[in-house]
Amino acid sequence: MQTNRLLPLFKQALLTFTVSLILFGPISGLVLEGFSFRNELTRAVVLAAIVTAGRVAISLVQMTSLGQALTRRMADSGVGVTVMTGTEKSPVLILALLFVAGLSLPFFADKYFLGIAILALIYCLLGLGLNIVVGLAGLLDLGFVAFYAVGAYLLALGSQYLGLGFWGALIIAPLLAGLFGMVLAFPVLKMHGDYLAIVTLGFGEIIRLVLNNWLDFTGGPNGAPVPAPTVFGLEFTRTAKQGGVSIHDYLGIPYSADYKFWFIYLVLFLVVCLVIYAVERLRVMPLGRMWEALREDEIACRSLGVNHVFTKLTAFMLGASTGGLAGVFFAVHQGFVNPTSFTFFESALILAIVVLGGLGSTVGVIAAALVLTILPELLRDFAEYRVLIFGVLMVVMMIWKPRGLVRIKRPAFFPSTTTDAGPLPLTAKAEVA
Amino acid sequence: MDVYILLQQLFNGITLGTIYGLIAVGYTMVYGVIRMINFAHGDVYMVSAYIAAITLAVLTFFGIQSAPFALISVLVITCAVTAVYGWAIERVAYRPLRGSTKLAPLISAIGISLMLQSYVQISQGARDQGVPTLISGAFRFGDGVHFAQITYMQTVILFASLIAMGILTYVINYTRIGRECRATQQNIRMSAVLGVNTDRIISTVFVIGAATAAVGGVLVTFNYGSFNFFIGFVMGIKAFTAAVLGGIGSLPGAVLGGILLGLTEALFAGYVSTDYKDVFAFALLITLLFFRPYGLLGRPEIQKV
Repeated sequence: MQTNRLLPLFKQALLTFTVSLILFGPISGLVLEGFSFRNELTRAVVLAAIVTAGRVAISLVQMTSLGQALTRRMADSGVGVTVMTGTEKSPVLILALLFVAGLSLPFFADKYFLGIAILALIYCLLGLGLNIVVGLAGLLDLGFVAFYAVGAYLLALGSQYLGLGFWGALIIAPLLAGLFGMVLAFPVLKMHGDYLAIVTLGFGEIIRLVLNNWLDFTGGPNGAPVPAPTVFGLEFTRTAKQGGVSIHDYLGIPYSADYKFWFIYLVLFLVVCLVIYAVERLRVMPLGRMWEALREDEIACRSLGVNHVFTKLTAFMLGASTGGLAGVFFAVHQGFVNPTSFTFFESALILAIVVLGGLGSTVGVIAAALVLTILPELLRDFAEYRVLIFGVLMVVMMIWKPRGLVRIKRPAFFPSTTTDAGPLPLTAKAEVA
Repeated sequence: MDVYILLQQLFNGITLGTIYGLIAVGYTMVYGVIRMINFAHGDVYMVSAYIAAITLAVLTFFGIQSAPFALISVLVITCAVTAVYGWAIERVAYRPLRGSTKLAPLISAIGISLMLQSYVQISQGARDQGVPTLISGAFRFGDGVHFAQITYMQTVILFASLIAMGILTYVINYTRIGRECRATQQNIRMSAVLGVNTDRIISTVFVIGAATAAVGGVLVTFNYGSFNFFIGFVMGIKAFTAAVLGGIGSLPGAVLGGILLGLTEALFAGYVSTDYKDVFAFALLITLLFFRPYGLLGRPEIQKV
């Protein structure tokens, strides 16, 4: 009995070891140095051994009864929908506490941490935007960074050519990015999953290449400067420009370079809260429900009369608008934009946020955005492994829980008369094919 | 004189195009069988470029100097190792996800693509790498001032691609495994009922795709001499454009699409703008998918419930 189990395990281990040795051998074992190479074969053997050990460990765990139960549970949790019972307590108190904590953060944090917080909130915004497109509407958009770039360059170039300021850009950016979203959405409307992904990928690259090559207009690889923001015409500089008033003079407080970042943080925080509110409202609206229905089965939706053109278009445009907003904040925070900030890696990072957040869950996306931006800052030593870890996480996440870590609870509508008629069904499980 | 410039662009375009065709084969075969784009395919090509350079370095280390022998052994070894990559990708990112949501394999393949890029970057460094010129010299047409040339390496590319395509056509059309591939492509469930091991066929298709991409990778590496960990991205999109241009799922289509894309791109680069040649290729892809998503040789696919 024992040997019957151990022999296949041994075979599997041997196969894994051989394959991983072939995979790791040339690339990490022999490092190119000019036309010659450096021998690092021990590294390859160690890597192969680690992979084999991991594979064997997983198999061993799966053999035990506990492991089998665990596997069944994991396999089970992918399908089905949990519906709210209507008896959940409203989380208003927690939300209010979080809101106050978020607002008061600048008074505790130093400049370095505030910078990270701003970046984290920008990624929250990007994650929320892409979540509408990928998580809710199920349209895999790999060129999301294009809309981010549109927002950032709108402020940079708008101030250069049209005298556009921060507040103006904040209003125009969502509209312009939404327009770009519409331009992209029209050709992709009739495409399905993978064609759509590759077209959006191409679109993102086109935008980046144009920004990079159109030297006269965008400044090309050298980028473009972004002016500092103003509030009610007050400036954040030490000495105001001709005819202007700087904010510390106006308020009669000593100058600090941090005021600008306080201001950006506070506006950004309010915008993020607003977007979260909007997304949460949209989800329970017919439009949001149509997005999710379309994600599950397009043919069924269309035969039920859902206007798929309108539905996809709105998802694309709203997602793009949010991306454009994030771009404005990115530009004003950096004070400078250039095309290297808008590569495919950025799109992949935003996608990783949405995927790890659990494709559709607002809380999950925010948590993932915070973790994925703050963690790399804390673990500076592992900076070069960042992308590798994102890749691994994306694969593991898809194998383990393709519908996200947080199980989404769907809001349901309850006729007011039935609430005291008896207990409602606690969870309704709907099979989703 | 202008004729020579045109001729030169045509030569360059056809060489580039055959490479696109070779890499497009991987997209088209995988798509044919599982109806999914292998997003990590461009990075498989990138990995093959590194393996080619490493193999050549090892061969030089053991004192092998003969260019044809080195080229052939590099080609064979690279194909074999890259094929294992293809197999592993299918095992890790596609097989566990069969029957999962539609989005899941796409995202896991993007994960693999990021993993491969970052793995190569960490192991081999981010700087550009190079290989020594194995074959130099060219056939020249025209007089001393105005001329067009085909380098010997370009001839090698054309011949090697032809041979690779020949082998592939033979395998697909005349062997048992090829028949099973075609059957699986037509109807995966029916093939399984009739006793085709469809899991093995899907693996095979990934292996074949990776191996042909490796042929392309080796040839490009020796032609241009330099590469880095990021080359797979643009090449991936372009090869995909080639596959769509010819009609995804069709093998001759992939080659035809590759050559067409190579030619138009070379002409665009020669006569309009070099800076925007990638923009041109991507824009071509978008336009194409809009007007004729089933390509030149493909058939429109009707979605049934």
